[in-house]
Amino acid sequence: MSEKQVRPSGEGLAPAGLGRFGAYGGRYVPEALVAALEELDEHRLAAMEDEAFTTELAELQRSYTGRPSILTEVPRFAEHCGGARIFLKREDLNHTGSHKINNVLGQTLLARRMGKTRVIAETGAGQHGVATATAAALMGLECVVYMGKVDTERQALNVARMQLLGAKVVPVEHGSQTLKDAVNEAFRDWVANVEHTHYVLGTVTGPYPFPEMVRDFHKVIGEEAREQILAETGRLPDAICACVGGGSNAMGIFHRFIGDEDVRLIGLEGGGEGVETGKHASRFTGEGSPGVLHGAYTYVIQDDEGQTVETHSVSAGLDYPSVGPEHSYLKDSGRAEYHPITDAEAMEAFKLLSQTEGILPAIESAHALAGAMKVGRELGPDGLVLVSLSGRGDKDVHTAGRWFGLIDEDEVVVAGDEEETQV
Amino acid sequence: MTKLDEVLAATRSEGRAALVGYLPVGFPSREGCLRAVRTMVEAGCDIVEVGLPYTDPLMDGPVIQTAATQALEQGVHVSDVFAAVREVSDAGGAAVVMTYWNPVLRHGVREFAQDLAAAGGSGLITPDLVPDEGADWIEVADELGLAKIFLVAPSSTPARIAATTNVTSGFVYAASVMGVTGARTSVGEAAKGLVEKVRATTDLPVCVGLGVASGEQAREIGQYADGVIVGSALVKCLLDVDLDEGLERLAEKTRELAAGVRG
Repeated sequence: MSEKQVRPSGEGLAPAGLGRFGAYGGRYVPEALVAALEELDEHRLAAMEDEAFTTELAELQRSYTGRPSILTEVPRFAEHCGGARIFLKREDLNHTGSHKINNVLGQTLLARRMGKTRVIAETGAGQHGVATATAAALMGLECVVYMGKVDTERQALNVARMQLLGAKVVPVEHGSQTLKDAVNEAFRDWVANVEHTHYVLGTVTGPYPFPEMVRDFHKVIGEEAREQILAETGRLPDAICACVGGGSNAMGIFHRFIGDEDVRLIGLEGGGEGVETGKHASRFTGEGSPGVLHGAYTYVIQDDEGQTVETHSVSAGLDYPSVGPEHSYLKDSGRAEYHPITDAEAMEAFKLLSQTEGILPAIESAHALAGAMKVGRELGPDGLVLVSLSGRGDKDVHTAGRWFGLIDEDEVVVAGDEEETQV
Repeated sequence: MTKLDEVLAATRSEGRAALVGYLPVGFPSREGCLRAVRTMVEAGCDIVEVGLPYTDPLMDGPVIQTAATQALEQGVHVSDVFAAVREVSDAGGAAVVMTYWNPVLRHGVREFAQDLAAAGGSGLITPDLVPDEGADWIEVADELGLAKIFLVAPSSTPARIAATTNVTSGFVYAASVMGVTGARTSVGEAAKGLVEKVRATTDLPVCVGLGVASGEQAREIGQYADGVIVGSALVKCLLDVDLDEGLERLAEKTRELAAGVRG
């Protein structure tokens, strides 16, 4: 499926297989949210056919986000990648500093179209929260962002950014106090306020229609990149590397290439301290197995009784126990491959790109860079690799500074670790 | 006919609503929970909803979240649910299980249903499984004669209510408000309107839940619904208190609610 969707009837039960990518996806939600999901689906399908809507979105992408984002070749970095040619798709140069704005502009335009006056969002690293706060300011919508308390501490700069943009940031103190708990809290808010509130879910997870809708708002990444790399090199890349938390930047860049069967699609997960240590966020190579979390049937890191297991990653944006259902489908079908990148490997790539190219990547995106270093070495000098540089690293300066011992007054705080922050 | 059907037929013939009480298993402790469900039945709960604590309870407010976290930290297991179900049955109440879907999926839908039936349970309430996604469960439940208790909400369209009640058995769970679990001072008019809409589609008993905290609210709702569901207000009796005192509070609150449903 995935291209053609059966529309929900809006009456009675949904048609069988609604929102499924193979076995994955679906709509595992409280009945109270079904009406809102159907309303959203009807509006987004109508909007995509409505020239006024698509024109307005395209114009915002051009004049506000700064699309198309450029493609940058990084030869000095590539020297550490077996000599393969490496190109970065520069989503870090978008307004607000990451790919997240693509989806947020689409969803806030939809919220306005549906007559909603308030938007809510979850955020891990803070990039999606910042993007939502930005779009809400632009469109005059009230905005509340839920963020795990642990994440508010390791991404304090982004908390302040959201507040400066006029959003209210609510630290979530339940459970592991990270992204998954922020999603729970956003759903709780949505159930209670659904009449005037739209939940701007930030990635390709969640109940139908979110996985498909969010991918569609991000597929511009791959559409642009495909044209750009053909223009630059005259051929398609051998591989595309993207980090995968929920997996929105990866689906965005993969989508246009799915039919190009010779292009390897490689998703890089948060490997934490190593999959073998149990402290990681790798759904596909760790203890992950199919289950339901946050409204979708997909790979979930869970125990034998179906309880969600806490994840670990230096990157707040990858520290999530579930993954978009389309990734689960691509994994099982073999069309895409997924590998863990440890915290140490990601931080090494972070430093390397900064010092060879003068580009500070987000720690999330550094996982994709570390993946490119490995695949580049496999491919050798004839290889051509496209990397989704999903975000910029300004927000991570403090974490990286501590990691490399440049700021030594406190320890790196990783979700779930016992170590206390000493300020 | 399940024990649940018998209880709801009996309360209907008495001309009153049934009192349905919720408690997460393993709370306040694995042992304490068994005493608590027995207390609830002895103090007047006709039906007990045994909850399975889950790490990501996105339909629950702070009280039940706290209780679930406490139970999980103490190492509660799926098998404890069936022990609590047996305890409710032994005490003379009807037991149903309320659980998020992933633990059932992981246990195996058929295995879970078989274990539930073997423990004397009457059925399952599934807050995050809408019938659209419930084909496996519906098939197994029908085969084993278990109640499939689906929810309807104030936002449900008439067509969805009809489609949902069509596959529901035992009773229809009418969510009184748009929101998560937790005591509220007023349940509001939406509940009454929703019950009327449900009754237009089915003769099944309709029980109202979310927000009910007092005997007075139970009395009001009991005038138009077949059952009154109480969760957080009962759970709260056992939070941050030693077990014996908590059980006394629980018995007292249950008696208040039981008097309420008797008008």
